[in-house]
Amino acid sequence: MAAHAPTGRPNQLFRNLNAKIASIPMMLVALVIFLGGTIWTVFYSFTNSRLLPRLNFVGLDQYERLWASSRWIISIQNLAIYGILSLIFSLVIGFMLAALMDQKIRFENTFRTIFLYPFALSFIVTGLVWQWMLNPEFGVQSVIRSLGWTSFAFDPLYNPDIVIYGILIAALWQGTGLVMCLMLAGLRGIDEDIWKAARVDGIPMWKTYLLIIIPMMRPVFITTLVIIASGIVKVYDLVVAQTSGGPGNASEVPAKYVYDYMFQAQNLGQGFAASTMMLLTVAIIVVPWAYLEFGGRKRG
Amino acid sequence: MADISTLNTTVAGFDAVSSRLASGPSGRKPRRMLSTRNIVLYGTLTVAALYYLLPLYVMVVTSLKGMPEVRLGNIFSPPLEITFEPWVKAWAQACTGLNCDGLSRGFWNSVRILVPSVVVSIAVASVSGYALANWRFKGAELFFSILIIGAFIPYQVMIYPIVIVLRELGIYGTLTGLVIVHTIFGMPILTLLFRNYFASLPVELFKAARIDGAGFWQIYFRIMLPMSLPIFVVAMILQVTGIWNDFLFGVVFTRPDTYPMTVQLNNIVNSVQGVKEYNVNMAATLLTGAVPLIVYFLSGRLFVRGIAAGAVKG
Repeated sequence: MAAHAPTGRPNQLFRNLNAKIASIPMMLVALVIFLGGTIWTVFYSFTNSRLLPRLNFVGLDQYERLWASSRWIISIQNLAIYGILSLIFSLVIGFMLAALMDQKIRFENTFRTIFLYPFALSFIVTGLVWQWMLNPEFGVQSVIRSLGWTSFAFDPLYNPDIVIYGILIAALWQGTGLVMCLMLAGLRGIDEDIWKAARVDGIPMWKTYLLIIIPMMRPVFITTLVIIASGIVKVYDLVVAQTSGGPGNASEVPAKYVYDYMFQAQNLGQGFAASTMMLLTVAIIVVPWAYLEFGGRKRG
Repeated sequence: MADISTLNTTVAGFDAVSSRLASGPSGRKPRRMLSTRNIVLYGTLTVAALYYLLPLYVMVVTSLKGMPEVRLGNIFSPPLEITFEPWVKAWAQACTGLNCDGLSRGFWNSVRILVPSVVVSIAVASVSGYALANWRFKGAELFFSILIIGAFIPYQVMIYPIVIVLRELGIYGTLTGLVIVHTIFGMPILTLLFRNYFASLPVELFKAARIDGAGFWQIYFRIMLPMSLPIFVVAMILQVTGIWNDFLFGVVFTRPDTYPMTVQLNNIVNSVQGVKEYNVNMAATLLTGAVPLIVYFLSGRLFVRGIAAGAVKG
């Protein structure tokens, strides 16, 4: 058989019995929760369940209602803006910090500790701190005004047009340290000789980074991208803590839409449809990556 | 003692100088500390570091001020008069709804959730990882693949089915239910962590134990477990910070009187009733952030290793 188990006795079902028993929780989680639960939710998104799940199929009604809802449209727009910007900024900032950290500097540990500590904090804590920092009456805006620039205006949390950028600032503060760490690990994995060769050839440093190092770090970039992206789709606590979706519903996100419809508005069908759309978003990101990753592993 | 040792180093210094004088300059050319490159490099890093530290500083400073001083403005100014009253109030008197016994309730709830969740999730995942690494059976890799892909599925997709399962089992809203939920969602990353670690141990050890007649559990407890304490610490760091910081599962799977600290904190700070006491809010926020911060500062490199193991190999 395909198994490379150390014991070679062919006694199918009872072979490795203890290992099988020990793996029961894992199998249950994989099959019942991850596979079963997902299928269940997708299945019930075609019903008109409200307070309790009911098998009363209504086709794509829930999806039509979903895409007709202005709140959902705002959620999706916010997710797109937040997602694209936080991908770009966290990769750029994270890489630049890592590149600076990789210059054989002193106090590397201290700097790393400082850049990474926000990542240990929860999104709730992050959201509440930045809610306070961006408070227009007492926070950054009022401090800058008191310095003399009286017309200065920066109140993202109270301005529906830019509220999502206020959330972005907090998210970047929390998450760039992680990207920096991953990038630094990638940079450390690059052979010293490449740097030496580039120096001998007289290639300027920025060009070496752009044309040699970054292309070499492709796997690290892809992994980081997948991690950040799947985190972005899940963003929920941060918004709840920082703005509760407000002002109005200007900072709603899909995850919050799902929660509110499932557990507060007693409209399960809408919640299931919205969460299925979230699943679809993640699948678009993850499936190509998983295909490359797992396909490559089988060959190797 | 001190005198003798300084004398020794002085003598050694003299020796070094005299030998250098004898043989001419040697070693690397001393680098100038204040080159433009260094100023730009350290300047940028320091500015960035200050930016990252700013919110923590503001939290501490605000939490030590009295409300009149907070209202005077400038969140960055250090407190004129240090007061610990906001901390006492946040811990013991802050209100959520009708309860006015402060964050302490949330803290103890979180502890009650944390301890069993960490123990159970690590126990289950380490045994699964061990089975996957050393006792591969047909189909095991398939389950593992589902598990890893499942790590990317948004929680929102699986929450309601779990609610139903827990309700059927009669443990929805109880501590047991939440422990199970944390075990489920900790499983992909932890199993991966343990599987990779156990697979990196020398196979000969395992084979030798097999020849000596040790079985599945014996090898686990007497060989694998003692040899992999570092990875257990890494897993613990991951789980302690992860579970302490959880908000979504706390909201969905507990009742108001067993809400974990994060949920209670959010309710205190974002409650619409009453006057906003920013200093109390910041003290409460710091108290909630304290546990993962302490874990982070104490664990240092292991924390980085934990997230790197979880991220890069994923």
